[in-house]
Amino acid sequence: MSELRIEARQLCKNYGSLVAVDQLSFEVGTGEVLGFLGPNGAGKSTTMKMLTGFLAPSSGTALINGHDIVTDSLAARRCIGYLPEGAPSYGEMTVRAFLEFVARARGFAGKRALNAAGAAIERLNLQGVVEQPIETLSKGFKRRVGLAQSIIHDPQVLILDEPTDGLDPNQKHEVRHLIRDMAEEKIIVISTHLLEEVHAVCNRAMIIADGRLLVDDTPAGLIARSRYHDAVTLVVEQPERVASVLSELPQARKVELREGELTVFPAPGQRLFEVVSDTVRENRWAVAELRLEAGRLDEVFRQITRGEVS
Amino acid sequence: MSNFTSPVSNVLRRELAGYFATPVAWVFIVIFLVMAAAFTFYIGAFYDRGIADLDPFFTFHPWLYLFLVPAMAMRLWAEERRSGTIELLLTLPVTLWQAVLGKFLAAWLFVGLALLLTFPVWLTVNYLGDPDNGVIAAGYIGSWLMAGGFLAIGCCMSAVTRNQVVAFILSVVVCFGFLVSGLPMVMDLFSSWAPQPLLDAIAEFSFLAHFSTISRGVIDLRDLVYFALVMVVWLLANTMVLEMKKAD
Ligand SMILES: Nc1ncnc2c1ncn2[C@@H]1O[C@H](COP(=O)(O)OP(=O)(O)OP(=O)(O)O)[C@@H](O)[C@H]1O
Ligand SMILES: [Mg+2]
Repeated sequence: MSELRIEARQLCKNYGSLVAVDQLSFEVGTGEVLGFLGPNGAGKSTTMKMLTGFLAPSSGTALINGHDIVTDSLAARRCIGYLPEGAPSYGEMTVRAFLEFVARARGFAGKRALNAAGAAIERLNLQGVVEQPIETLSKGFKRRVGLAQSIIHDPQVLILDEPTDGLDPNQKHEVRHLIRDMAEEKIIVISTHLLEEVHAVCNRAMIIADGRLLVDDTPAGLIARSRYHDAVTLVVEQPERVASVLSELPQARKVELREGELTVFPAPGQRLFEVVSDTVRENRWAVAELRLEAGRLDEVFRQITRGEVS
Repeated sequence: MSNFTSPVSNVLRRELAGYFATPVAWVFIVIFLVMAAAFTFYIGAFYDRGIADLDPFFTFHPWLYLFLVPAMAMRLWAEERRSGTIELLLTLPVTLWQAVLGKFLAAWLFVGLALLLTFPVWLTVNYLGDPDNGVIAAGYIGSWLMAGGFLAIGCCMSAVTRNQVVAFILSVVVCFGFLVSGLPMVMDLFSSWAPQPLLDAIAEFSFLAHFSTISRGVIDLRDLVYFALVMVVWLLANTMVLEMKKAD
C-alpha cells in the first residue's frame, strides 16, 4: 500500500487578536501514532480542526496524502476519520441510524452502508445499545459512538480529539488496544491529557503550548528528559542515616528525601542502580523497596510547558 | 445516484427523520392545521361568503408562515452549532452547499407535507360547491413556493447565530420586510423621495404581490423565477455565512 503522509506547513490560526496556533509545521508518516500534548487552550483542538478541513487556516496549509486541506478539502476529508472534541452526535438518532448516516455520507450505498455500520458497532462493543437514542446514552457510550463513527470507512488517517475522555478503565484499555491494532497501516493523531496514554499508545509525542510546538520526541525520549531518569528510589528504615551514606557516593549527584522515599540522583553519565544495591547489601540495611526510576512524564510536561528548570 | 445528489439526499433523509423523532413535526403540523382552519372558517368567513373557492384559506398563509416557518427554521443551523455536530457534518465528505441544500429541502418537503394535510379544506369546498380546482392547485403551488422563500431566509438567519431565539426574531423581521414591501404602508415611506424605478423595484420584492397573482390561478413564469431566485440567493447567503462563521 502507498505511503501515507500528513504534512503541516506553517499552520496558523487567529481568533481575532488571539493567536491559537502559531506557525506549526510537522510531518507524520505511516505507522506513526502521534500524541498531541499541551495545557488547556494550547491549540490542540484547533490544529485538529484545521487538519480535518473544518476550519480554514489563517495562513499556512497542510497536505493529507498530498491533498491540500484548503484547495482540495473534499479529497483530504475522504482520507480522514475524525472524532471531534466532546464526541458530538445527533442526539435524537439511534446509534444504528446515526452510524448508517455516517456510512452513507462516507460513500457506502445500500447494503454496504449497513454492513459498515454493523462492523463499527461490533468493534466498539455497542451491540447492546444500537436501538437507543444517542442522547439517552452515558458519556462513555457516546464517546464510543463517536469513535465508531470515525473508523467506519477504515480511514487511512485517524484524528481523535481526546478519544478516551470519560471512559471507564476497561474501556480505556479496549480503546487503546483498538488504536494500537489499527496503527500499523495508518496514521493516527490523538490529543490527550492522560500522560500514561501517550506511553501506552503513542510512538511519538508533540508538546504544544500557546499554539507553538515545543517538543517533538518519542515518549521514551520525553521521559529521558526527566530529572528522575535513571535515579534510584529506596524505602528504608532510618532514611536520614542512609541518605548521608549514599550522598557520599561519587556516582551520586544529589539525594532527596520525600514522603519517606529516598531518591538518589545520578551524576551526569553515571549508572547508579548497581552501586546503590551493592551499598545496601554491604550495610545490611532493611530495604522495603528499591527501584530504578524511568522518569516521570508529568514532571517533564510541567517543566516544558511552564518553562520550569529542574 | 450521482456524486452530487447522494450526499444531499443523505442529509435530507437524516433531517426528515429527525423531524419525526422529535415533537417538532407533530407540533408544527397540528398548529399549522388548526390555525389554517381557524383563519379560513372564522376570520375568513368561509361559509358566509357563499363563494366556492379557497381565497380565504390562502389569504392567511403568508401571515401563518411569518411565524411558523421561522420557528421551524431557527434550529436548523443554530442547533448544529450548539451541539457541535456541525463539526462532524462538515468534516464528512459533504460540501457546504450540499449540506445547506439537504437541510433546506428536508424542511421544505416537510412544509409541503403539512400543506397537503390541509386537503379536508379542499374536500369541503368541493362538497359545498363547484370550485375551479385549477385555481386551487395554483394556490397550493404558490403557497409552497412562498414557504420556500420564507424558509430560505430562516435557514440563513439560523446560521448567523447559535442562539435560536435571536435566529427566530431576525428571520421574522426579514420575512416581514419581504412580505410587506409592496404594501402602501411601506411604499408611503419611500414614495415622497425615491425615484419611480426604485419604488418599482421595492414593490417587485413583495412576496404578497407574487403570491397573489399565482393564487388567482395565473402561473406566470416571472413569479416562479422570483421565488426560485429568492430561495437560491438566501441559500447562497446561508452558505457564505456558514463559511465565515464556522468557528463561533
Ligand atoms: N471559536 C473560538 N473563538 C475564539 N477563540 C477560540 C475559539 N476556539 C478556540 N479558541 C481559543 O483558541 C485557543 C486554543 O483552543 P483549543 O481548543 O485549540 O485548545 P486545546 O489545546 O484543545 O485545549 P484543551 O486541552 O482545553 O482542549 C484557546 O485560547 C481558546 O480559547
Ligand atoms: Mg481541545
